[in-house]
Amino acid sequence: MAECHPVGFQWVMEAKARGATVIHVDPRFTRTSAVADIHVPLRAGSDIAFLGGIVHHILENERDFREYVVRYTNAATIVGEEFAGTEDLDGLFSGYDAATGSYDVTTWSYAGMTAAPSAGAREGAAQGETHGSGGATLERSDAPETDPTLQHPRCVYQLLKKHFSRYTPELVEEVCGVPRDQFLRVCEALCDNSGRERTGAFCYAVGWTQHSVGVQYIRTAAIIQLLLGNIGRPGGGIMALRGHASIQGSTDIPTLYNILPGYIPMPAAGQNSVDELCAADAAAAGFWGHMRAYVVSLLKAYWGEHATAENDFGFGWLPHIDGDHSTYQTTLGMLRHEVTGFFVLGENPAVGSGNSRMQRLALAELEWLVVRDFSEIETASFWYDSPEIHDGELRTEEIGTEVFFLPAAAHTEKDGSFTNTQRLLQWHDKAVEPKGDQRSELWFAYHLGRKVREKLAGSDSPRDEAVLKLAWDYPTSGPLEDPSADAVLAEINGWGPDGEPLSAYTELADDGSTTCGCWIYCGCRADHVNQTRRRKPGGEQSWVAPEWGWAWPANRRILYNRASADPDGKPWSERKKLVWWDGEDGKWTGADVPDFVASMPPDYQPPDDAQAEWALRGDEPFVMQADGRGWLFAPSGLKDGPFPAHYEPDESPFPNPLYRIRANPTRQQLRDPRNPANPQQDPAYPYVVTTYRLTEHHTAGGMSRFVGRLSELQPEMFCEVSPELAAERGLVPGDWATVITSRSAIEARVLVTDRLRPLTVQGRTVHQVGLPYHWGGRGLSTGDSANDLLGVTTDPNVHIQESKVATCDIRPGRRPRGRARRELVESYPRTEANEEAT
Amino acid sequence: MGMGERIAEWPVLRQLRGEGGDRLGLRQAVESDRTHHLTARTATADRVVESICPYCAVGCGQLVYVHGDEVTQVEGNPASPISRGRPCPKGSATKALVTGPGREQKVKYRRPHGTEWEELSLDRAMDMIADRVIDTRRRSWQEHDDKGHPLRRCMGIASLGGATLDNEENYLLKKLFTSWGAVQIENQARI
Repeated sequence: MAECHPVGFQWVMEAKARGATVIHVDPRFTRTSAVADIHVPLRAGSDIAFLGGIVHHILENERDFREYVVRYTNAATIVGEEFAGTEDLDGLFSGYDAATGSYDVTTWSYAGMTAAPSAGAREGAAQGETHGSGGATLERSDAPETDPTLQHPRCVYQLLKKHFSRYTPELVEEVCGVPRDQFLRVCEALCDNSGRERTGAFCYAVGWTQHSVGVQYIRTAAIIQLLLGNIGRPGGGIMALRGHASIQGSTDIPTLYNILPGYIPMPAAGQNSVDELCAADAAAAGFWGHMRAYVVSLLKAYWGEHATAENDFGFGWLPHIDGDHSTYQTTLGMLRHEVTGFFVLGENPAVGSGNSRMQRLALAELEWLVVRDFSEIETASFWYDSPEIHDGELRTEEIGTEVFFLPAAAHTEKDGSFTNTQRLLQWHDKAVEPKGDQRSELWFAYHLGRKVREKLAGSDSPRDEAVLKLAWDYPTSGPLEDPSADAVLAEINGWGPDGEPLSAYTELADDGSTTCGCWIYCGCRADHVNQTRRRKPGGEQSWVAPEWGWAWPANRRILYNRASADPDGKPWSERKKLVWWDGEDGKWTGADVPDFVASMPPDYQPPDDAQAEWALRGDEPFVMQADGRGWLFAPSGLKDGPFPAHYEPDESPFPNPLYRIRANPTRQQLRDPRNPANPQQDPAYPYVVTTYRLTEHHTAGGMSRFVGRLSELQPEMFCEVSPELAAERGLVPGDWATVITSRSAIEARVLVTDRLRPLTVQGRTVHQVGLPYHWGGRGLSTGDSANDLLGVTTDPNVHIQESKVATCDIRPGRRPRGRARRELVESYPRTEANEEAT
Repeated sequence: MGMGERIAEWPVLRQLRGEGGDRLGLRQAVESDRTHHLTARTATADRVVESICPYCAVGCGQLVYVHGDEVTQVEGNPASPISRGRPCPKGSATKALVTGPGREQKVKYRRPHGTEWEELSLDRAMDMIADRVIDTRRRSWQEHDDKGHPLRRCMGIASLGGATLDNEENYLLKKLFTSWGAVQIENQARI
């Protein structure tokens, strides 16, 4: 965190100054480790064993925050008899189909409840493709069966205990290479900071997500935080530290294939109306109960007056998905000539995506490519300046791709809002005009849309209706005819029947009378005021700083903050108070905006006919969940299990000591000759390789390798190895090394350092090689790309690639040039995919 | 200036004299006339514009100093409750990012099988891209799946990018692409 989010890390140091224990778990010793109380180096890819060991410790020693666990989580809920877990099935959950490598999740349901409907309703596009922030649906007619004593053998608490029963300190040591006394120090530090008076927080970044079990890493942390009572409370939570200025915003208002703004699922094939879309996902209880209002208001924002009750608000104009259309599938589509036109907008897949060599080969198969960026990045120049061109593998004259490079405007040259990693929208004002042909993406989208509409005008093809009826009338100004970002924000916020801006998503209606481009952002421009542009200095307001920017939803800074009060509505303790029930005024109040129905008393019991948020009780804080509870056990919503289990990475030097099933049985292996795998446990690849960022560079380098000062600070690609590995392989500090996988071979300067140390795993020493991934062939500071080495195997839930861990070989000296590089790579073993014995 | 005056201006003598109380020679005693008349770029700015750092997602506050039509300095914004005015190395390089020579100002065009970039006007480029979109959309249109369920989408067009962009930009891009029937719209979020 000190390396990649240094300014955010000042708050960790503030906490440390007030007595907090800082624990850093990372294979590499970094600036964070240097100031942490405990640094735990572990084997890359073993985190679920580590975190599962913490769950085991909490449960075995009964260190959970029992009142929170019983009242606010689903610990007491009884799971159906048909469910079987990994302890019963040696690494699988019930419902596994080996032929498809996927689960039928119906047996993961709560006792007495109908199965999650999403599985059946989503023909072709299984549930993980579709649901958003509300997670999965849960259909119920009554409250689920529970045992508040937590003794029932099929209650979630007992199932969890059984599931993690073998995740002992000894097992953690064997899998992760973490000595048990150090591991127990971590467990105790966490447990000591739990309860009414104390909390603990987790921060993570792509070190957790870029795995074939990435989602389950986060799930394991969520289980720990729920057991310790650390969700919805100040000083608690699980913080995703995201790497781009508005990567949160681009998920909320998604440029993603599976969702529409506000985490509304894209329609799947077979869903032919607003009602059918909502039937699959709208929960009977909780705020997703109003999904129809969110969808209809979005359709009004898209198609304006043309979206009417008669035409189902234009639902039929939406495209449908029928499977995984994520970025790596798109890459395969390019290689198969199915995807022939490609826009790349402020991203650099030729360096930044997994198996970047395959990315470049795919770019060479396109008919046309539009790249918009500040500089001529590798994605724009692949046709004349790439490793494949220099090695003679591709020839410029033979590449048919037509390339348009359009220079982009910078944030100082446009108005707009970023959403930061804590869901906070912050506006940046335009300072100067861009130069030459530089334009904002707002300009590009608006004017490209305008031109396409002009060219299609008069078309009577039904295909063009959605384009021609689109509400695409934004005011422009200035010599460049820049569209107004404020007008777009106004559409995102939405307006009512009188045209006045809405103040909150609770005002949205499902009859077409309200318009709202993103329901979770509703209120960001309430009262005609750009709330995201509020800049009352932090020192002049409360510690929550509610008047700086605007956080979704409803300017709420901590989600599920009803859990900061006890079931009776009183703060758990004075020093940890945030929101509470004010009995005199009959409402929730406090330092933050309560994440609850403001007028719902703590003792509220829903009547039988209650709907949506009113169908939850006054002491159920998780208002986006259909049962109002934090889910220790996820009865639906995940493709790879209701509990997290340790699986080895796709490429690993070790077997799985826990189960017969070695790696995640539902992981997606991208099968293509250009994406081979290193055979598991193959002695040709004896080392673990992991990738990371440096303070002085930014992701794939488009915003740092072309900047003089940053290039001076980190001028060259390097690899980090331990003195022991250097001795084993004859690697010389400052000299070159070649790192090899079945995908490619790259060279890097050797940095021999104690920052990476050998670990003892399963009784033998394992070395880890560390690689920063910022470099490519262009810019002021150049080098080989670490992503050329990595294959694409993805998590089944979100389709993220496992780029934080693979196996490799390393040898001294520079890599071969020309044809000899491929010859070297092909002299190593490879497999199309690592098969499992299931 | 006579020889005597020049010698008297020698910093060592000024330090020994204790000019301005600066016997350690850290401030006034060793300041040249030129240095004395220098001013910070922040002092000569015509205006200061409030902004947000474009690098990572911490969202540090920035103050953009502008002179004429040029950004002359970018500093941390002390009012920000997130950053309290403290930028990191990347944030500190923001001025170099937005004003540096690494930025392109002209459209570049590479025709199929071409060996060189060519010049192209922005308007012509936009026109050509619009033509490509319409053509690819027509050729890759899928009206139904094999069970007859409506798909109404075009699978020939994909997009990647959004995490570095504004919310308003992502909103327009998603709206536009969705109206075309393009579904393979992705960004860094799952990379």
